[in-house]
Amino acid sequence: MTVSQAPHPSVAALLQGSGRVPQAPHAWLNARRGAALERANALSVPTTRDEEWRFTDVSPLTRVAFHTAQGATRVAPADLASLRIPEATIHLTFIDGVFARELSSAHGLAEGVIVTDLASALDARSAELEPHLAKLAHYERDVFVALNTAWLHDGAYIRVAGDRVCDGPVHLLFVSTQKETVSHPRTLIVLEPGAQATVVEEYVALDAADTYFSNAVTEVVVHENACLRHAKLQREARGAFHIGQCAVALAKDARYESDTVTLGARISRNDIRVVQQGEGAECRIDGLTLIGGRQLADTHTAIEHAQPNGRSRQLNKCIVADAAHAVFNGKILVRPGAQLTDSAQQSRNLLLSAKAHVDTKPQLEIFADDVKCAHGATVGQLDPEQLFYLRSRGLAEARARNLLTYAFGAEVIDRLPVASLVERLERVVLEQTQTPE
Amino acid sequence: MLNPNGKILLEVRGLTATVAGYEILKGIDLTVHAGEVHAIMGPNGSGKSTFAKVLAGHPAYTVVSGEVRFEGKNLFDMSAEERARAGLFLGFQYPIEIPGVSNPGFMRLAYNTVQAARGGEELDPLEFDEFVREKMKLLEIDPSFLERSVNEGFSGGEKKRNEILQMAILEPKLSILDETDSGLDIDALRVVAAGVNRLLTPENACVLVTHYQRLLNYIVPDYVHVMEGGRIIKTGDRALALELENRGYDWVVDEYRARNRVVA
Repeated sequence: MTVSQAPHPSVAALLQGSGRVPQAPHAWLNARRGAALERANALSVPTTRDEEWRFTDVSPLTRVAFHTAQGATRVAPADLASLRIPEATIHLTFIDGVFARELSSAHGLAEGVIVTDLASALDARSAELEPHLAKLAHYERDVFVALNTAWLHDGAYIRVAGDRVCDGPVHLLFVSTQKETVSHPRTLIVLEPGAQATVVEEYVALDAADTYFSNAVTEVVVHENACLRHAKLQREARGAFHIGQCAVALAKDARYESDTVTLGARISRNDIRVVQQGEGAECRIDGLTLIGGRQLADTHTAIEHAQPNGRSRQLNKCIVADAAHAVFNGKILVRPGAQLTDSAQQSRNLLLSAKAHVDTKPQLEIFADDVKCAHGATVGQLDPEQLFYLRSRGLAEARARNLLTYAFGAEVIDRLPVASLVERLERVVLEQTQTPE
Repeated sequence: MLNPNGKILLEVRGLTATVAGYEILKGIDLTVHAGEVHAIMGPNGSGKSTFAKVLAGHPAYTVVSGEVRFEGKNLFDMSAEERARAGLFLGFQYPIEIPGVSNPGFMRLAYNTVQAARGGEELDPLEFDEFVREKMKLLEIDPSFLERSVNEGFSGGEKKRNEILQMAILEPKLSILDETDSGLDIDALRVVAAGVNRLLTPENACVLVTHYQRLLNYIVPDYVHVMEGGRIIKTGDRALALELENRGYDWVVDEYRARNRVVA
């Protein structure tokens, strides 16, 4: 990213009003916001000349005058009824980036489990947050993280105490309701040693066509032997922009399982960065992108094996229809000394039309000699041998194609940690991929 | 022979076929009646599997000339799925894994599609579950087959059993089993063979494509054909298979060349 003298005009616009963010009583937080603001002012919106953004032109983002939401839209609980996850009795709802207490429920939390909005947590639990907040997601070189951090105020905070289990999934629902608004939701999840939790992060809009901008940052700390299952559903409006960064730190023997489903937004970018800081850590980073029309969805992941005996599994799939464009860049970094790392990455891509486009790039940087790092990438149409197999059992060709396309997506969906989500998303895959038989 | 007066199910005349421009089948003649078991044997690369796939309608192969009639109808007028619905079944040498498609869901879909085409009754998931479990018991198949994706993570032997299970469900008139014995240990072979034997009736027929005589100890053929260079060069009875096991294929090839004055 280039460093300019005067702030980039669209960055300046996106920063307008950030002075209204309430000053925190804690010097550490004000200092971090201030530093991020400084970085945001120094950085510009990336262009396709930046290696990390080579395939993803975000210039349309700079042509909209976004503003943060002024006054909350009234959203009735009934408006959100279809978005609720039956298994998730604990849920936090955010309207245009602002926490909506009346639409949230954190009753019946098990002992040792904290699920609360970030602003309240900053008031009441500053000391708990200080070691982690804005420490994992780096704002020095990323203008979007810098912007999010400069605005840092609202969001979610989840903490599970040592050896405690948070029963049932926690649903974090980020709903956009107003045109041309920008929100900067921030989530921090901390699992103490031996703790377990399941968190579903979901981004949606009430109007499926709106143009707005979600600039989300999530930080995850999984301490020794703890386990987080983390799902992210990006179902933004078709005119929206979504830029999300998730930074994860894993301690010794920690486990992190991530499923990302990308369906929405005109232009979206999802970054996941996992650092295995402790020995024997394990992660599964799976993703399904299902896009059509003129959507662009870019997934960048980086898994850093910094200690021995780490394990990572990754299956990223894209189903691309019409003139849509999917990007996957999967970096695996094995640090010197991270011996016996066992890593496998697969990128599988299905193009449903001649104009559909995928750029996929595995990026392996290995500095240890006794490691297993497998990777593979395929881009193509349906497998002709699978098609023939189904037809040889009597299935018509169109039926066989539909079934295989559905199955291609279902393989990732089936791994989601919440049954009702699996069901809901399988229906979405069915609706979006099936052609008349 | 289960039915000495069986009608003709399959009639192949002068079939030649190519894949990627290479001629693999160079004029095959074969007649299969209801009630018969045929074995097609031959060395690797003789065209056995290609023959099986051409009959099933694999799109990678191009039929150049010849005629195949299935119950009197031109087979090449039918798509792969139409052949299946009409009662032709190919047991794959390498059954295809389809992650994300549930094995019972797939089998029920196939069953109902075939039933609909034959004017039979379709089954809902509960009815089908009962139906398939009955078949699985007969074939000594583990109930866990119903909890998995099609062939995904199956061992070689499990895949072959899953093929025979599909055969049992679809009740074909003509089953072509391509190297069903390969990759099976002796116990699995016995179970699979017993399953096939149980499915044979005077009204249907089976063509076993195999490399080894071993399978024919369990499924006794009425005819044994030797294939070489894309042709059937010798036909005999069960004794021929035993002779092939003792003497190999070379003598049959030599005999054929002498008969046809083909210079080696």
